[in-house]
Amino acid sequence: MRTIFSLLSIIFISCMSCAQQTESEVKAETPTAINYITEVVVPDLNIPWGMGYLPDGSMLITEKTGELIHFKNGVKTNIEGVPDIYVRGQGGLMDLKLHPNYKNNGWIYISYASPEGEGTGGNTAILRAKLDNNTLVEKELLYKAEPNTKGGRHWGSRIEFDNEGYLYFSIGDRANRDVNPQDITRDCGKIYRLSDDGSIPKDNPFINTANAKTAIYSYGHRNPQGMVKNPITGNIWVNEHGPQGGDEINIIQKGKNFGWPVISYGINYDGTTFTDITEKEGMEQPLFYWVPSIAPSGMTFISSNIYPNWKGSILVGSLKFEYIERLVLENNKVVKREKLFEGIGRVRNVLEAPDGYIYAAIEGKGIVKIIPEN
Amino acid sequence: MRFIIVSLTTLITVIFINTNQNNQPQTDPLKESIKRGHEIYTDFCVSCHLPSGKGVEKVYPPLANSDYLKKNREASIRGIKYGQKGSIVVNGKTYNGFMAPMGLSDDEVADVMNYITNSWGNKNDKIVTEEEVAKIKK
Repeated sequence: MRTIFSLLSIIFISCMSCAQQTESEVKAETPTAINYITEVVVPDLNIPWGMGYLPDGSMLITEKTGELIHFKNGVKTNIEGVPDIYVRGQGGLMDLKLHPNYKNNGWIYISYASPEGEGTGGNTAILRAKLDNNTLVEKELLYKAEPNTKGGRHWGSRIEFDNEGYLYFSIGDRANRDVNPQDITRDCGKIYRLSDDGSIPKDNPFINTANAKTAIYSYGHRNPQGMVKNPITGNIWVNEHGPQGGDEINIIQKGKNFGWPVISYGINYDGTTFTDITEKEGMEQPLFYWVPSIAPSGMTFISSNIYPNWKGSILVGSLKFEYIERLVLENNKVVKREKLFEGIGRVRNVLEAPDGYIYAAIEGKGIVKIIPEN
Repeated sequence: MRFIIVSLTTLITVIFINTNQNNQPQTDPLKESIKRGHEIYTDFCVSCHLPSGKGVEKVYPPLANSDYLKKNREASIRGIKYGQKGSIVVNGKTYNGFMAPMGLSDDEVADVMNYITNSWGNKNDKIVTEEEVAKIKK
C-alpha cells in the first residue's frame, strides 16, 4: 500500500512539475516558392542591432559591442563620441532610431546598456544626439532605468515613434521576474512613453500615481525586442521573448498590464512551471503567442509595393531558428505563418526602409536586402 | 535506555560530521568555483545552451559530453572570454554561428568553465583559475 502511495505521489509530482504546453494553433510552414532572394549589402558585422536610413541613402548601424557605424558608398566609418557602454550578456549598444522629422532637426535616438548612476553593473538608457561629421554631439540622456545590476539578461531596447511624435521604448525585466514587471514603482519589464525631448507627457497613464515611474506606458512585459508602428492604425506593436515557449506579439495600450509573469504560455528552461494560468481579468491576452519559442527580434509591417504577395503581413526575425517569419493577419488574428530564408543566420532585426525594400540584420554576417528573384 | 541510544546517536553524528569536515574542508576551491559558475551559467548561457547543456542541434553546440570542450581547453576559454566566431566541429557536427563576447571578468570566465567542464557527465579535476584566463589573449 505504502509503495503504491509513493508511486502515485511521484507520478503526481512529475506531472505537476513538467507542464504540458499548448503549441501555437497556427504552425509555421515552409513555402514552396517565395520569389525573393537576399543580397548582402553591408558585409562583415558581428551583432548588428539597430539600423537607420539617412536622407542621403547612407545608413547608421549599431554593433552590440559598442560601435556606431556610418555606412556610405560601401565604406564603414566608426562614429566618435558614443557614450560609455556596459557590454554585458545580452546588453550593449542596441537600437537606433531617427526622429520622424530628422531632415529638419537631426535627432538620432539610441538605446544601450549604461553603467551611469549609482551601484555597480548597468541598466538600459535612452539618449539622443546629433551627427556632426563623424562625431555624436549635443548628447542628451533622456532616460536611465534603475537600479544597476550585473545581470546579463533582458534589456529590451527597441525604440519607435507614433504618429503624434511620441517616443516609445522597451526595457526588459532584467531577469528579475518576480520583482520588476508587475510593480509600476520600479523600472524594467515595461514599455515607456516620452515626448521627443525626454519630458514626460502630461497624459501618461501613471502620471498621478504615487511613487510610480511616470514614464511607464504599459507593464507586465518580459523582454520586448521588436517594436513597430502599424502604418495603417498608428498603434505600437511589440514582440517579446517568453522563457521556454510563450513569446508574444502585443498591441500596446495605455496603462494596460500584459501579465508577465502572472500569466504566460511559457515554462522555465528546466521544464518546471512558474504559473498555472494563461489568462486573468485585468491582464491583456497577446495577439499571438509562440510555442515553441522562435526567439523573436525585430519586426516590420510590409506596406511596400515591391512585395505584392506579402503586403499587409508582418515579418519577425527569429534568433533561435535562423529564419525570417512572415505572419499573415486577418482582423488582427494570425491566420498563416511562413518560414522565409531558412538557415540565413540569427536574425536580430528586420525593417522596411524608406526606399520600400526590406532589410534584415544577421548576426555574424551583416545587413541583407530582400529583392525580387529576377 | 532510550537516553543512552539518543546520546550515542548524537555522539556518533557529531563525530561523523567533524571527521567529514576534517577530510573535506568546506573551502574546496573547485567546488566553490563550480557553484559560482552555475549562477553565471544561469544568467549568461542557459537560454541557448539549455539547462541540460545539450544546446540546439545545428545552431548552439552541446556542452554536455562535448569532445570540443574536452580537447580544447584554451580555445574554449578564449571563446567565452572574447566571443566565438568561425566554424568549429563538436561531436562530429559543424557549427558556424557567432557567440558574442559576454563581458565576463576573468574570474567569472574561470567559474563558468569549471561549471561546464564538471557538469552533465563532464569531468575536469584541473581547476581553471583566474590567472589562467588572464593569460589567454585574443
